[in-house]
Amino acid sequence: MIWALDFALLLFMIICATAAITVKDLLHATIVLAAYSLIMTVLWAEMNAVDVAFTEATVGAGITTVLFIAAIARTRRSSSD
Amino acid sequence: MMENVVIRTVSRLAVPFIQIFALYVIVHGASGAGGGFQGGVVFAASFILMIIAFGMPNVRRRIDNRGIMWLSVIGIAIYAGIGFLALLMGGNFLEYAAIEAALGIPHLHGILIDLVEAGIGIAVMAAMVSIIFDIAGNGEESS
Repeated sequence: MIWALDFALLLFMIICATAAITVKDLLHATIVLAAYSLIMTVLWAEMNAVDVAFTEATVGAGITTVLFIAAIARTRRSSSD
Repeated sequence: MMENVVIRTVSRLAVPFIQIFALYVIVHGASGAGGGFQGGVVFAASFILMIIAFGMPNVRRRIDNRGIMWLSVIGIAIYAGIGFLALLMGGNFLEYAAIEAALGIPHLHGILIDLVEAGIGIAVMAAMVSIIFDIAGNGEESS
């Protein structure tokens, strides 16, 4: 556990999580959520939870992004509220 | 679908390697990182790459709904079959040592773990591909 790397990753993760729920365009939110998932993968791997990191990388950054993009393609792209 | 020879060639080259990696993750799950779920998801990701590169109708023509349904049923059947086999042999659910002791074959539990992981991988792959087909498809032949 490197203190500075941990701090930077957690800070960037919080920024990504906040951006994912505040951004208006749903496609942007999906891509930011994928970036959040990638940082989460690095964090899990750094905490020696390799299995969880692997699941986060495949499901979080891979499958859910494709699913969200497919869902956005079938609905409207920008949120109304 | 846009004709792009670079995307098509690269995906045609990459898909077999992704699938080999998925099989490696499934088999390697007992001794290291990975397992049936992750391997199945990686295997499904190769089909997603095929859908992105070649278009949904081309992939849909090779993989039909009935085959996906049977794959998912077979995966669950392998998992639950080995689990209940351990119950029949007098152990707990998925207690490999009970089967190994009852049949008297040494190192059987390693093979059983790999079989269970393969079953989970098949079921997860089929379920993921089915979900992708239903969401990303145009709704045709959704039986």
